[in-house]
Amino acid sequence: MKKVVMGNHAVSYGVRASEAKVISAYPITPQTHIVELLSELVANGEIDAKFIKVESEHSAMAACVGASAAGSRAFTATSSQGLLLMTEMLHWAVGARLPIVLTNVNRAIGPPWSIWTDQNDSLSMRDVGWIQIYCESNQETQDAIPQAFKIAEEVQLPVMLVLDAFFLSHTYEIVDLLDVEKVREFLPPYNPELKIDPADPHSFGNLASADYYMELRYMIEEAMDEARGVIKRVGKEFGEHFGRHYGMVVPYRCDDADVILVTSGTVASTTRAVIDEMRDEGIKIGALKIRILRPFPFKEVSEVLCSAKKVAVLDRNISFGNHGIFYQEVKSALYGKTDIPVSGYILGLGGRDVTPKVIREVADKAIKDKNPEPYINWIGVKK
Amino acid sequence: MREARIPTDEIMGSGHLACQGCGATMAMRFALKALGRQTALVIPACCWSVIDGTFPHSAVDIPIFHTAFETAAVTASGLKAGLEMRGDHETKVVAWAGDGGTFDIGLQSLSGTAERNDDIIYVCYDNEAYMNTGIQRSSSTPVGAWTTTTPVTNYKERPKKNMIDIMAAHAIPYIATASVAFPEDLIKKFHKAKDIKGTKYIQILAPCPTGWKLSPELTVWAARKAVTSKVYPIVEVTENGNRLDVWKEFEPTSFKEYIKPQGRFRHLKEDEIDRIEKDIEASWQRLLAKEEMLSSIPGL
Repeated sequence: MKKVVMGNHAVSYGVRASEAKVISAYPITPQTHIVELLSELVANGEIDAKFIKVESEHSAMAACVGASAAGSRAFTATSSQGLLLMTEMLHWAVGARLPIVLTNVNRAIGPPWSIWTDQNDSLSMRDVGWIQIYCESNQETQDAIPQAFKIAEEVQLPVMLVLDAFFLSHTYEIVDLLDVEKVREFLPPYNPELKIDPADPHSFGNLASADYYMELRYMIEEAMDEARGVIKRVGKEFGEHFGRHYGMVVPYRCDDADVILVTSGTVASTTRAVIDEMRDEGIKIGALKIRILRPFPFKEVSEVLCSAKKVAVLDRNISFGNHGIFYQEVKSALYGKTDIPVSGYILGLGGRDVTPKVIREVADKAIKDKNPEPYINWIGVKK
Repeated sequence: MREARIPTDEIMGSGHLACQGCGATMAMRFALKALGRQTALVIPACCWSVIDGTFPHSAVDIPIFHTAFETAAVTASGLKAGLEMRGDHETKVVAWAGDGGTFDIGLQSLSGTAERNDDIIYVCYDNEAYMNTGIQRSSSTPVGAWTTTTPVTNYKERPKKNMIDIMAAHAIPYIATASVAFPEDLIKKFHKAKDIKGTKYIQILAPCPTGWKLSPELTVWAARKAVTSKVYPIVEVTENGNRLDVWKEFEPTSFKEYIKPQGRFRHLKEDEIDRIEKDIEASWQRLLAKEEMLSSIPGL
């Protein structure tokens, strides 16, 4: 069934289709619509789940941790400060190997207060051990939820879905809503072998000496590595069931491109429009959207980018002291594979609009700069 | 002669990592006897995250989920919801935290769980300081006590936080204190809590010989004297915070006697002891007045 829904509600419908059993959340702008609709769907019986209305995001993740440890599918949503408050429990979910799914609406971090988008919240969780999927449209946002549960439950790692505040969370688009019965064929009920069960008592998470800790961390990395294949397979299987295929990256007109712009989130859609415009002018330019940040798609990224003569990475985030984060990631993916120049552009922080004009400015600059220095190119900063 | 009704099933085994004379270990042993094996424990950072044993061993023969310091109550809430959604309506979920994890860092999430009245038993084994990290003061540390962060030249001047009143303000169905010196009472309270739906809060005085600078064979003695000197009243708060029952059938003993073998109070001068003892008596009288007052309100 097709319906015009806002990005946040696409998330809620994705959760409904995935039959999450325990939902726990705390309100924060601009995520709140997700949990508002979910609480309505739980209250009217459209979702057979328990909704734990907690007193903080830290507790939201702790409740998900408990529920998931009991063997139930658990979901939460948050944003910015809320995600930061959750940090400790985000780590806990990874160490405890719990397949929780979280939607984070990318919102800038204070101070100064900002409710508008940038990626520093989710990217500051880059090294925690969550699989991270960056969404671009309402359809992708909804479709990502059952895929996320399927991936998470297979590799026993939590998955974070990320969408831009307002540009996606509050934007209405046509979404082909997922049917619960059909999703059940794609995503069977969660029934883990190990869970909290008095009939089969185990102690989870107790003190581990140096003799064990490292092996347990090694296993997390193994699972992350395994996730590369699982994400691709699940994206393909989703396509077989629903006609929409998903991969690690999305190249656009890259085959013969001299310059490739690397993007993520909603900036990717805008960038494609600019690519078309520039192609019409005879400029050989393409775009690569990075959908999966963790595990980082080194192979896919380098395969696409190595054929170009120049790469420009657009970052709606900043790692103070070391450039944009996607820039760092792309550089490390290309290291030793090619000598083509890679330049990085910081833009759109705190919700500043990334219009086609802004992207065109980046593209023109990237083409013009003969040998881009590894300095940060700030786009549109008033100095 | 009264018959002791203490179940013989030993769910907690030997081989745990507690110090000699550990009250927290006794508390767990007794509590599990009442709770039985259809129980799951959630343990935040506290002595018990060590006592349980190191991976891959556990001293307790029921499922345990170790969780972060401030999340015992809400992790238990989530666990209970998760079990329910799997169709397990029988398993009792018990959050088992120390006083730091209850009075201080875990208070917010405990308040959330209690306000929602989630169906768990929350246990605070109270040893009156951060013992696992090496005896630092918590808001449960009593007035006058030495800890490594309240040196004798600057001992704790503020009274112990009144967690029972805080929990009573949440209008939950069952709140009680207990002491490891009175195992029958303790076990009876767990039996009661098991059969009540909603959030149950049980706070157990569990002396810590290491932190109290007390000889390990005196754990039970101290846990008894704390009660009989009115330092640690044994109470039950029922009817959603509206009924208070204070246990009074004991031979009163003095505060001086209680603190004498405890190194944590050794620095106190006579006048300081007298002042604290007066405050204890005043608190006790207020508690009795409250019991009386609540019982006099009709319709409760």
